[in-house]
Amino acid sequence: MQKITTEQLIEKAAELMNEGKVASVLGWEKGEFGYDVTPGIFGSVDELKAKFVYGDFSAANLSKYLVKKTEMVQGQALVFLKTERKILIFLKPCDSYSFNQLLTEHRFDREKVYAVGVQCDGMVDIEKVKKIAGDGLLSVDTSGNDVVVKTLYNGDMKIAKADVLAERCVNCKSKKHVAYDELLGETGEVIDSNRFDEVERIEKMTPDERFAFWQNELSKCIRCNACRDACPACTCEKCVFDNPKSGVENKSPANSFEEKLFHIIRAYHVAGRCTDCGECSRVCPQNIPLHLLNRKFIKDINEFYGDYQAGAEVGSRAPLVDYTVNDVEPGEVFDRGDENA
Amino acid sequence: MQMKEYKPLIVAFCCNWCSYAGADLAGNNRLNYPAEVKIIRVPCSCRVNPMFILRAFQRGADGVIICGCHPGDCHYTSGNYYTRRRMATLFSMLDYLGIEKERTRVEWVSAAEGAKFAATMNDFVKTVASLGENKRLEDLRCKR
Ligand code: SF4
Ligand code: SF4
Ligand code: FES
Repeated sequence: MQKITTEQLIEKAAELMNEGKVASVLGWEKGEFGYDVTPGIFGSVDELKAKFVYGDFSAANLSKYLVKKTEMVQGQALVFLKTERKILIFLKPCDSYSFNQLLTEHRFDREKVYAVGVQCDGMVDIEKVKKIAGDGLLSVDTSGNDVVVKTLYNGDMKIAKADVLAERCVNCKSKKHVAYDELLGETGEVIDSNRFDEVERIEKMTPDERFAFWQNELSKCIRCNACRDACPACTCEKCVFDNPKSGVENKSPANSFEEKLFHIIRAYHVAGRCTDCGECSRVCPQNIPLHLLNRKFIKDINEFYGDYQAGAEVGSRAPLVDYTVNDVEPGEVFDRGDENA
Repeated sequence: MQMKEYKPLIVAFCCNWCSYAGADLAGNNRLNYPAEVKIIRVPCSCRVNPMFILRAFQRGADGVIICGCHPGDCHYTSGNYYTRRRMATLFSMLDYLGIEKERTRVEWVSAAEGAKFAATMNDFVKTVASLGENKRLEDLRCKR
């Protein structure tokens, strides 16, 4: 359960709407089941009351939607066409990093946004729940530190929330909100998490094992492009993966080369800009651990060029569009890698 | 039947201002380096996009080498500094995916270093030849 409730957020949003400060709200919308919460746009208090929800399944990072929502149409932002009011967005700590990163890249207009930081107590991964509870989920609710599951075949059960916490929350890098106009609940601290442990484990394997590991993972990819579409760092208007001339436009990978091409380029494209928000892995219907590719880049960048957290502050220069005259040579990187092996 | 002797195919991206001229000098001085090295001239080493490298492997390269001006000597002042960061991270990622790291290399070769160019290519071809064919980043549809 979250300390901050749905009602509190609706109340806040309604207050801002009634004051005339905001015109619409970017939030989380109830799905058919308690656990399939999706991002949603709300235009009125009634809509909020009917569909808004904040809970253990409000994992979606909403920042990316600001790009389209504040887009300029003939010199006027969409939300400004009807009104002078802003768009309200709710930000969990990890979302606030993406928010800053998008600002750094000038992808939306800060003036048109009112950001409310929301305290986060960790999100639940429904896939983990399914693994424990089996098929036939009837309902999933959370109360306190437990997840209460009703199932068709295996009866009802209580699972400790800690056991079904989303991967990104197990390794939460920061409970600190790095951007907001107003805060609901408390903001925490940057956490010294173990998020690179898994990357290290893979690094320690032999090349053959690594190859087999990734071959196994990447061959599951159906190229639905969800990882790209959900990623707050992937906001180019023209993407090589939409270009019919590239040979790898929206279609399933023809062979293992195309799988690797897609994944290397996707991860590389966000290298240095990825805030490690974990959206790619979360949305992947094939449960491919994409965050392990991103984290490899983050880990390398930290080791080669000094610690860097994308989105920690607005305006910081991403490491791959920066340099110093004494950077390591690509060859040296490998020599160093041998020492670790 | 006798097996055809295996000769690796090497793609060398050479920047126009230093390494390409270095290759030229190697030729003028009649220094030997294997004909399997196919040079692609780029305006600057930083013109090389990670996609180029993957594409080269796809189309049958067994090794890819990027040559540029020495750090500090780039015709565009800082291009090769970016190359250095990009390739360090990209190659490290290839290694992470289990693709032999010896198949990729970055080398700084100036226009006056014809000998270095030839030596580098000889060495690189030897290294790649010892690894054999590129299997891990191959695309069977592109096989000759
Ligand atoms: S990573 Fe941290 S801030 Fe983000 S949803 Fe999980 S617990 Fe909350
Ligand atoms: S979300 Fe998963 S299956 Fe879809 S394209 Fe990305 S990696 Fe492939
Ligand atoms: S011009 Fe030679 S590396 Fe930039």
